[in-house]
Amino acid sequence: MTPARATPLAFSGLFGLPLLWVLLLLVVPYLLMIAVGFWTRQFPLFVPDFQFGNYVQLFSDPQYTTVILRTLKIAVMVTAFALALGYPLAYFLVFTVDSDKLRNLLYMLVIVPLWVSYLLRAYTWKIILGNDGALNSALIALGVIDTPLDAFLYNQTAMVITLTYIFVPFMVMPIYAVLENIPKRLIEASEDLGVGPMRTFWKVIAPLSLGGVVAGATMTFCLAFGDFVAPVLVGGPDGTMVANLLQSQFGAALNWPLGSALATLVLIMVMAILWLSARLDRAGRVAMK
Amino acid sequence: MVATPIVTLSGVTKNFGTFKALHETDFEIGEGEFVTLLGPSGCGKTTTLRLIGGFELPSSGRIEIAGQDVTKNPPYRRPVNTVFQDYALFPHMTVAENVAYGLTTGGARPDRGDLGRQVGEVLEMVGLAQAGMRRPGALSGGQRQRVAMARALIRRPRVLLLDEPLSALDVKLRETMQVELKRLHRELGITFLMVTHDQTEALALSDRIVVMQQGRICQIGSPGALYDRPETPYVADFIGAANLIEAEFKGLDGGLERLTLQGGTEITRRPGGAGSPGPFRSGQRVRIGLRPERLRPEIETNRFTGQIVETLFHGDRIRIEFTFAGNPTPAFVELGRAMADRMGTLAPGAPITLGVDPAEVMLFAEEASA
Repeated sequence: MTPARATPLAFSGLFGLPLLWVLLLLVVPYLLMIAVGFWTRQFPLFVPDFQFGNYVQLFSDPQYTTVILRTLKIAVMVTAFALALGYPLAYFLVFTVDSDKLRNLLYMLVIVPLWVSYLLRAYTWKIILGNDGALNSALIALGVIDTPLDAFLYNQTAMVITLTYIFVPFMVMPIYAVLENIPKRLIEASEDLGVGPMRTFWKVIAPLSLGGVVAGATMTFCLAFGDFVAPVLVGGPDGTMVANLLQSQFGAALNWPLGSALATLVLIMVMAILWLSARLDRAGRVAMK
Repeated sequence: MVATPIVTLSGVTKNFGTFKALHETDFEIGEGEFVTLLGPSGCGKTTTLRLIGGFELPSSGRIEIAGQDVTKNPPYRRPVNTVFQDYALFPHMTVAENVAYGLTTGGARPDRGDLGRQVGEVLEMVGLAQAGMRRPGALSGGQRQRVAMARALIRRPRVLLLDEPLSALDVKLRETMQVELKRLHRELGITFLMVTHDQTEALALSDRIVVMQQGRICQIGSPGALYDRPETPYVADFIGAANLIEAEFKGLDGGLERLTLQGGTEITRRPGGAGSPGPFRSGQRVRIGLRPERLRPEIETNRFTGQIVETLFHGDRIRIEFTFAGNPTPAFVELGRAMADRMGTLAPGAPITLGVDPAEVMLFAEEASA
């Protein structure tokens, strides 16, 4: 005998609220956003319409393309640096640290910053990199420089440093998880078959941890791509990113149709990244046993 | 001592923290031998294998393989290969890639065609010629086992290390693979060193068995020698089965040793039989060991009269547990069906009388007990 199917009433009781939530707060806003992207602005009003002028403007006006390309560049750099820092760290934690206690402690230390407000952590870098900040003070104390440099703050380097710092745990976590899942026996088997540690890494560990790298890179990239705070706090004049541009379209520039078109564009780009990541992940996925 | 040792352990110990996994150990494995390290879990057999494979470094002592000191060498600088307990096949590679893995590196890298030919040959040898393009995940346990063998053998190791190679397989398959292992060993002439906790497997496959217990070797010998002449009660009980009964040594009488078992039964033993080397003192506390199949109803010497506690049907044999003469733990005997059928009622509570030849009584000095 099969168990009785849930009644419509029980079904709507259990899933009704979350479905309503998704509908009202996700589906409807997305549809509105996409629709408004085709409207026209006739100051001070936004007129419902269906035309591609906003998109044409986004791709033709260098003001917008520059910001989109810059955002892509910064997100790629942050992802690359986070990978360069996060992979070795995760590897070290999983394969080099012998004691479980120490490993868990170090892993916690990587995760703990996530409990501190994101804003606070970004702000910290303003203090470190600032004119009378920790970095300048240290360099002066060491006698490297005589007067504080203002080259550290309010530029893209400062943004990449800040964003890398903030998002590196999102890279470490999935990589740590996959590395921990690789049976140690596979590494022993590789060495047993005459293959040294370096080639073992490239032929066994790297391919088997690809899924974690893809997941970490996707998260880091998407988070960095949509970041809004770092440009404001440490970015300076040439640090504007897509999110800031969006904000101004809905604020000072008061051009919701253009802002909606831009938001839709960002959504499409992020979806493309997620699709690519899912494909890569599926291709690389194998059972560990 | 063996004629031409291929593996030599001299004074090897291994500690994990304060735990002594392996006490000072010396032994040699001869070229072409099939040697098994046998013992219960935690006896140090796997540690010994891992020390030879290079996955652990000894705390002290020296390991030589093929005349070369490899004590401190990593696994990739030792002329041995391992078949791991869970096979440890690379899940992201095909069977052929797994098998070729050990040849795709190092100095003597064969060219593509030659590599393909070698992979084909070794897969054929283990009976998997058709499976090259499949992934390990799509194989059965027995097939994975064969791939693991092929992957290790393609490197033509001087010694093949096998870590509980058959333990993950079901009974029928295990018997098939035992025959396969024996065939491969004979055809290749490579030295095999296997770890197992399964005494039947060890007895069936090995030229020599190293019985281990709590980080020490207790006895080394051929399967027959270990079975017929165990030197300690532990070995007597671990290899095959034995009734171990406390006794007192009374002395020699008419060329036979006289013993009084706990509970008062008196028996005799032919001197120089299996067990501790002796000599024994009069009044010494000892233990005797009796193989269950050596207790027979038709033997007229050393009669044990008792009462059946339980009868277990094993198909071809009957196992009978019985108590005798106030002995606290029941002894057991295994009788063939034909014999058992002639004996009349074997129900619990029925009387039973069995005898044992004085030459078949094993005798152990008490202090040697585990």
